[in-house]
Amino acid sequence: MAAAKKATTKPKASDKDVRTLRKIEQLAQAAVRTVEKKENPALSIRMRALSNVSFNEKKRIIELGQKTQSREFFNTAMARKFMQTFLIARGCKTLIDEGKTVSIRQMFYMTKHTLQGSSENTFEDQSESDPIIEDLEVGIDALREELHLFANKRGLVVGSLVVNDAGDEIDLTRMGRGGWGIPSICEDDQLRFVRNKAEFILCVEKQAVWHRLNEDRFWEKHKCILMTTEGQAARGSRRLLQRMATELKLPIYVLVDNDPWGLYIYSVLKQGSINLAYESMRMAVPGVRFLGMSSFDYKKFTLPKAVEIKLSKEDISRAEQMKAYPWFKDKKWQREIQELLKNGFKMEVDALLTKSISFITEEYIPKKLRDKDFLQ
Amino acid sequence: MPKRAAKASERIESEETPAVEEAASAAASGSGTRPARRATAETMASRQREISVSEFFTKNRHLLGFDNPAKALLTTVKEAVDNSLDACEEAGILPDLIVEVKEVGNPTNASGASRFRVSIEDNGPGIVKPQIAKIFAKLLYGSKFHRLKQSRGQQGIGISAAGLYGQLTTGRPVVIISKIGKGRPAHRIELRIDTKRNHPDVLKDEIVEWDKEHGTRVEIELVAAYRGGRTGVEAYLEQTVVANPHLGLTYHPPKGEVLSFPRVANELPREAEEIKPHPHGVELGMLLRMLHDSPGKSVKQVLIDDFSRISPALADQVCELAKVKPKTSAASIVGDDVDRLHKALGEVKVKAPSASCVVPIGEELLIEGLKRRFKADFYVSTTRPPSVYRGNPFVVEVGLAYGGELPTDDPADVMRFANRVPLQYQPKACAISEAIYDTNWRSYELQQPRGALPLGPLAVVVHLASVWVPFTSEAKEAVAHYDELLREMKLAVQECGRKLGAHLRARERAVSEQKRLHLFQRYIPEVAEAIGAILSKPKDAVQQSFYSALPNFVRIVQEQPEKPDGEGSPAPSEPPPPASGSEPPPAPPKAAAAAKKGSASAKKAPPPPPAKAPPTKKAPPPPPKKGAPLPKKRTKPELRTQV
Repeated sequence: MAAAKKATTKPKASDKDVRTLRKIEQLAQAAVRTVEKKENPALSIRMRALSNVSFNEKKRIIELGQKTQSREFFNTAMARKFMQTFLIARGCKTLIDEGKTVSIRQMFYMTKHTLQGSSENTFEDQSESDPIIEDLEVGIDALREELHLFANKRGLVVGSLVVNDAGDEIDLTRMGRGGWGIPSICEDDQLRFVRNKAEFILCVEKQAVWHRLNEDRFWEKHKCILMTTEGQAARGSRRLLQRMATELKLPIYVLVDNDPWGLYIYSVLKQGSINLAYESMRMAVPGVRFLGMSSFDYKKFTLPKAVEIKLSKEDISRAEQMKAYPWFKDKKWQREIQELLKNGFKMEVDALLTKSISFITEEYIPKKLRDKDFLQ
Repeated sequence: MPKRAAKASERIESEETPAVEEAASAAASGSGTRPARRATAETMASRQREISVSEFFTKNRHLLGFDNPAKALLTTVKEAVDNSLDACEEAGILPDLIVEVKEVGNPTNASGASRFRVSIEDNGPGIVKPQIAKIFAKLLYGSKFHRLKQSRGQQGIGISAAGLYGQLTTGRPVVIISKIGKGRPAHRIELRIDTKRNHPDVLKDEIVEWDKEHGTRVEIELVAAYRGGRTGVEAYLEQTVVANPHLGLTYHPPKGEVLSFPRVANELPREAEEIKPHPHGVELGMLLRMLHDSPGKSVKQVLIDDFSRISPALADQVCELAKVKPKTSAASIVGDDVDRLHKALGEVKVKAPSASCVVPIGEELLIEGLKRRFKADFYVSTTRPPSVYRGNPFVVEVGLAYGGELPTDDPADVMRFANRVPLQYQPKACAISEAIYDTNWRSYELQQPRGALPLGPLAVVVHLASVWVPFTSEAKEAVAHYDELLREMKLAVQECGRKLGAHLRARERAVSEQKRLHLFQRYIPEVAEAIGAILSKPKDAVQQSFYSALPNFVRIVQEQPEKPDGEGSPAPSEPPPPASGSEPPPAPPKAAAAAKKGSASAKKAPPPPPAKAPPTKKAPPPPPKKGAPLPKKRTKPELRTQV
């Protein structure tokens, strides 16, 4: 588990914290005022569902709409969640007061207990508390880090960059085989970029591919930052990528598997996700470039038939959905997805190893970069 | 008149003129080559003779319900009890019956059949001595056959058939003790039936001491088998007390404890009036006989005198329709005229017969009857207005008992009654069952497998009261499927079902309100604690605010379901619901002051009255006190006119 650092010492109580505390208090006050009038106290939470997100063409990100849902206490269907929201709010207040940060799993345990006179628990499962945390974020318009919560960290980086993380200066060229783990929270009060010599960022979906490239010291040869999201990108990875894109002004290339899932990972990095649409402006990087795997690479690199993986029914319907997304409306993208469907098979990045172990480092990526063979 | 009855009456007539014809037995003319005729008309005639009803039923005892030892026992008890009840009611005596079944022999075969002595003793009017022998040892002798009047017995076969069966299987006579009044002698008579002649043989006739003022006791020894269950004697008696709230019954079973059912209604059912046939119910042959049996009367006069609801004007109308002169001599009518008269009788508009000839149990007493048998949570009953079937008025009644100690997962306990007599056999063949099967009990909140009885803690009573019940057989086991009967039965079942459904839904609502209440009661302390901590306020104050608002969102049910310890009630570990408004149940001592304030404010905002719920549960009347007559709710309902 990531070290829960004493990020801010107690007396500090940053402006941000004061603001967050006030928001939590307002939430509680509103409830009390309502119930004192013998009315039904309610929380107003913006809906986080497909029906309430839209693609902002101008900003090229997914945005959360204005539809809200009212979570009332005197309603059997909502009472439990209402209670849970206040338990989490109270937990966050405690964290802020004490200047501590915990993981969302730890918050689950902080607030989990058995209700008096029954066998019911406040939270049965972490899958119950995680959405409540997101609700609270949206409900009081405070980000998770402002609530002093973090998720498990995921994602690795190496490359020509020096960062300062909570006071420790880290040279990302000297990370050995393991790389630097991307913290769950990558805000500028904790993480700063000290020196950058890289010219671009290469972000790969798979840890194994990242490992291959790191071992081949791709980042050294090509003067870049090499990053992996280890699957679908966590908040930390996305936030870091966005900050690097805006603050270091580097182009970003993404390498994912040639399948709908890979496309989706790329699309989340690019314009955000439905569930975290309220944070898209802090996380989405509309400028990221899709380096591969492209459906056309099969022919382009004359890969053997053995690498084909037949598309499943789900793959096909998912690809059809992708085709309909507004951010894939561009002709090139339509061609790309159409080709995937036409091929009838998908390919993993690892398939490139059929050529040779370091084919990806020595041939594939350099050629693509050289040819500017990417989609945007 | 039903065909069946007509046939039976012919039997009686022929029996009264016993004449074994001496056939002229001519010598068979033996002849040569042609194939020999096996018999001639003459030889055959020599073998043809009349059969006595007793002989007939000796051979065909299954027709009367004596097909096996277990059923024989039930039928014997049943016939005797039915007779006693009819007699008591006719005499205006509240019946007190003592039924005893005693095993007097060892099982004779593997099926467990054994010798039993059955005795049924009543406090009825008794029987005058000359009639005793005929009533108990002559088949088809009785008072009920020749009149249109609601009664349990109909043909006068039952008890003598039981005696006959006893005589056949054990050789023992029927023993009767009867006394017709205080200071009168009690006769003890032993009887045997001469089956060839359908005639009683008095074996012994003596005067005995009997401490009863009046009454009759019949004792029959027979080979029988004692069974429990739906078709047993005990089930029969338990059901009988349901349909006869005015009956006091003591039962001495062969084994086990004496069962006692004190009466719950201290009033006799209204006496059924005898009625004349209704023009819409009469059959051609019956009409013919009615006309021919009235020598010297005109057709018009017969119509007026012998039918119910025919006025002189209507009689003229019938005659005109039939193209028969009203003044024609009734006895001279033949052929097509009868046909046309019959048709005309069916076509004219006639008022439905008076319903005073049928005596329903009544809604309240039916519930009382159900309470004698079942400890339930909820009772409901319906007595339909009288209706008419083939000119015979009838009334259908349905009663339901639900919940309480009734088994939860079993199919409903169905009790069928015809003129207050339980029907125990052939449920599948009975129109009553069909009415229950055909009802969609799911719309009344009960489970019901397709085409089967509803499941749940439910008992269903259906009573058909009629001058003439259309049984499917002489054994009177099932009611025939006639549309008018089925329709009324279904309507009655549905009416009760709707009330049950409303009750169950109301109860469901009450339970769910309780659940809602408990839910909020569980969460309020949590929310209050959290909000208090966030706002640095005392938890109790916040909690109190929530409790004060609570009655605005939960209808706090004051009245608990009748059985608070029944299924569906909250776990006992949970705090009890606030009794009167919104006092927080888990009030810690320090919150006592706040709690007081809370209950004060609760008075200002009382929970909506439970009357908001539809008045589903008609509170059953309080159990009658011994000796206190039940409120009368017996009006003479007007019949709806038949189509």
